[in-house]
Amino acid sequence: MSVSGPQADTPTEVESPTTDQGSQIRGMSPRQLAVSRFRRDTGSMIAGGVVLLFMLLAVLAPILTKMKILRPYTFNSDKLDVNNGSVPKGALGGISWSHPFGLTPGTGTDVMSRLIMGMTFSISIALLAALLTVALGTVIGIIAGSSGKWVDAIIGRIIDMTLSFPQTLMLLALSSTLIYQLERLGVPKGNFARATYLILVLAAFGWPSFARIVRGQVLSLREREFVEAAHVFGASQARIWFKEMLPNLWAPILVYFTLTMPAYISAEAALSFLGVGVKPPTPTLGNILSDATTYYDSDFAYFIIPAFVLATVVVSFNLLGDGLRDALDPKADR
Amino acid sequence: MFAYVVRRLLIGIAMLIVMTLITFVLFLNNKEAAVLASCGKNCTPAQKVEIAKTFGYDQPVVVQWGKFLKGVVVGREFPDDPALRKSSPQLVTQCPPPCLGYSYKSAALVRDVMKDTIPVSVSVASVAFVIWLVLGVLLGIIAALNRGTWVDKIIVGSTLVIFAFPTFFIGLLLYIFIALKFGWVPIPAYISIADGGIFNWFMGLLLPAITLVVFYMAGYVRMTRAFVLETSTEDYIRTAKAKGLPARTVIGKHTFRAALTPIVTMAGMDLALVLGGAPITESVFNFNGLGKLAVEASTQYDLPINIGIVVLLSAFVILANIVVDIAYAFIDPRVSVK
Repeated sequence: MSVSGPQADTPTEVESPTTDQGSQIRGMSPRQLAVSRFRRDTGSMIAGGVVLLFMLLAVLAPILTKMKILRPYTFNSDKLDVNNGSVPKGALGGISWSHPFGLTPGTGTDVMSRLIMGMTFSISIALLAALLTVALGTVIGIIAGSSGKWVDAIIGRIIDMTLSFPQTLMLLALSSTLIYQLERLGVPKGNFARATYLILVLAAFGWPSFARIVRGQVLSLREREFVEAAHVFGASQARIWFKEMLPNLWAPILVYFTLTMPAYISAEAALSFLGVGVKPPTPTLGNILSDATTYYDSDFAYFIIPAFVLATVVVSFNLLGDGLRDALDPKADR
Repeated sequence: MFAYVVRRLLIGIAMLIVMTLITFVLFLNNKEAAVLASCGKNCTPAQKVEIAKTFGYDQPVVVQWGKFLKGVVVGREFPDDPALRKSSPQLVTQCPPPCLGYSYKSAALVRDVMKDTIPVSVSVASVAFVIWLVLGVLLGIIAALNRGTWVDKIIVGSTLVIFAFPTFFIGLLLYIFIALKFGWVPIPAYISIADGGIFNWFMGLLLPAITLVVFYMAGYVRMTRAFVLETSTEDYIRTAKAKGLPARTVIGKHTFRAALTPIVTMAGMDLALVLGGAPITESVFNFNGLGKLAVEASTQYDLPINIGIVVLLSAFVILANIVVDIAYAFIDPRVSVK
């Protein structure tokens, strides 16, 4: 059940009962209302389109690389100026028709290919981490909201404590020991273990904020008539959680997920700069950008371009998330 | 009130103790990894044994945690192994309370290593905090009062776009243009007030502070704007306007009041975090603050320093939480503390 999918014509949940002038007033389900609100919001529609484009590129990048249309790992050392610190020949970091975003100084790889391939890795890491964050937050939030006082209090304390840890520092400081342990547990060494570490630790520190939101929603949901009715009919706890409550949580889940993605894409970049995360030659938006910072003087175009690509990805995800929130819950504070 | 504060402090201390245990389990549950992390990549077996003994890594995590807590309260001696202390008394270092551990890499007490970095982080953080709070709230109010106009769009749009760039990129860009190319400020460096006076201190840390401002301000603009918009439709605002109060009073006294509680919450937490050092900003500008120390400790596998910093920062955040909750009682007359 997705919120933004194509809608059937027959209204499923009529909010206000149709009166005698019913032929003029057509009932609309909350979902239909949200979709029509979103469609009217031009900015968010554009942001959504850009996000879709980036996702498509991210999915296609490995195929395009196999087909040799993208060449993120090919060294064009003949196009580098060896006498000048291996900076690309030509103006603006070697921008040309064959290399629209120029070449990487030092290695001579095509920057555009690396950025698109980097998007694949960055978006995959952010996507998996965001999925895990939202899943953990939802399950724990539902349990906290619908269980008794004690369970709720214990989960509340765990949430408080997790949020009190200095996140960036923990991510940074734990990397040496935890990546080593992941490798010992059988996760393939090197970049695979580093990516796994990022995903797990981002989710481990990310779930509490969402669990709080879900808990709040569940607290008000469980007083609603349909949940009481389900109780009266003798529905099991699992049924109430997953069939009665979960469908009402899709809106916050979707919004939070969309806003967590750009946060994690940025986090990957920040951690790359600090030396945690996937290492070259495997490209990620973060490690390209942190490599680019060393060339701010000699190759300004290479310094600027990856940052703008990353910012475009982040901004479009953020705008999409804001648009979804406006559409799904017009009363939510911004 | 007093009872409330005491209760919150006790809960806070209990939380901190549990968090210290979690930190120890996370960092030290695998002995080999801990030794390797403290020793680096090229470690001889003899070094490994020595490190394990010096730090007490050969003991169970809970025992190490207990010794750490004991060190905080009554102090302790390093190296950890009593036999080693007896056999080579020249190695013994006294660590008076509150002892946060001993760094083998820096051959100094963790507390002493941190001591010089704290003024740097606190200086940058406090300047940044004042700027972003004032600017963020002001821009938020301006945006809300001009809702839907180009002023609103420019404010909201630009904060969103600037926020999307990574901190280290913004920091470097400021460094390149404002300090190197245009020379509007001196090359950023930390000069303590005692050494260079307030003006030099301020100019030296202006760019790192602005970098932090850019990163943190966006949230304040958005939140202030949202709350001001939300309250502007309330009946009491209409009443205030209707009885002829000047716009300044309506906004300052009535509208802004409602936005104050969430702003204080956010500001308290952010201040606690940023006081504990800004790893990226400090690395970019080469400021020897807590954040940069943490980055160096991580890259040099200096576990005791990492643990010390994590514990210290957690304490900051817990304390900030308590202060924020107490502040509610003063800001919002509807909140009463029991």
